[in-house]
Amino acid sequence: MSSAARYTPYHPRWHRRRVSVWWWLEKGSYTVFVLRELTSVAVAFFAVVTLGLVRAVAAGPEAYQRFLARLGTPLFLSLHVVAFLFVLFHAITWFNLAPKAMVVRIKGKRVPDAIVAGLNYGAWLVLSGAVAFFLLRG
Amino acid sequence: MLERLTPFLWLLFSAGGTVAALLFPAHLLLTGLAFPLGWLEPPSHEVLLTLLRHPLTRLYVLALISLPLFHGAHRFRYTLYDGLQLKHLTALIAALCYGAALAGTALAAQALWSIPG
Repeated sequence: MSSAARYTPYHPRWHRRRVSVWWWLEKGSYTVFVLRELTSVAVAFFAVVTLGLVRAVAAGPEAYQRFLARLGTPLFLSLHVVAFLFVLFHAITWFNLAPKAMVVRIKGKRVPDAIVAGLNYGAWLVLSGAVAFFLLRG
Repeated sequence: MLERLTPFLWLLFSAGGTVAALLFPAHLLLTGLAFPLGWLEPPSHEVLLTLLRHPLTRLYVLALISLPLFHGAHRFRYTLYDGLQLKHLTALIAALCYGAALAGTALAAQALWSIPG
C-alpha cells in the first residue's frame, strides 16, 4: 500500500438502480434466457432419477419393481412430462449454439453453421436410436 | 480455489451439456414416460443386470449420471446469481452445487461397482 492512498471512514453512496428479482419477465429474450438456464434443474433431476434406477437395479429385482411402480405415480409422471419439455429445450438450444461455441475449419475454410448443427442433430438421432435398441431388445 | 477450478468446471459444464442433449431426451422419454405409461415394455431386471455387468456400460452410465450433474450444478449456480441476485453467497452456493454433483457421482460409482461382475 502506498501512503498516498487515504481512505475516509465514510463509505460513498453508490448510484445503483435497484433491479427487481423479476427482471427476466420484462423482455421475451430475457425470459427465454432464464428458461434455458432453468433446464439445469430438469437435467439434474433426471440424472438423479437415473441414479435411483441404477441403485434399484443393483439392489435386486424387488427393488427394481418398486422403482418402476414409483415411476408410474402421477407425481413422477407429471414431473417427467415437464422435465422432458425442458430437456428437449436444452437439447435444441445446445445444438443450435454448437456452431458458435466451436468453429470448425476444413482447409482454412469455416464449415457453415448449418452443417455443424446438422451433424449434432444427426448424432442425436443415431444415439437416441442406439439407446432405444439397447433398452427395448429384451 | 474456486477461481483456479473455473476452467475445469466449464469443461465439465460443456461435456455434461453435450451428454444431456444427446442422450437425455431418449432416456427420459423411455424411462420416464413410455415404460410407466405402458406404451412400451420396460426391460426386465435380468436384461439390465446383464447390460450393467459390462465395464463399458458401467462407464457409460457413470458418465450419463455424473457429467449432467456437473452441468446442472454449474448452470444452476449461475441461475441463482443472475436470477435471484445472490452474488454475495458465491462460496456457499458453489459448495452446495458442486458438492451435490460429487455426492451423486460417488453414489453412482458405488452402486455400479457393487454389481457382481
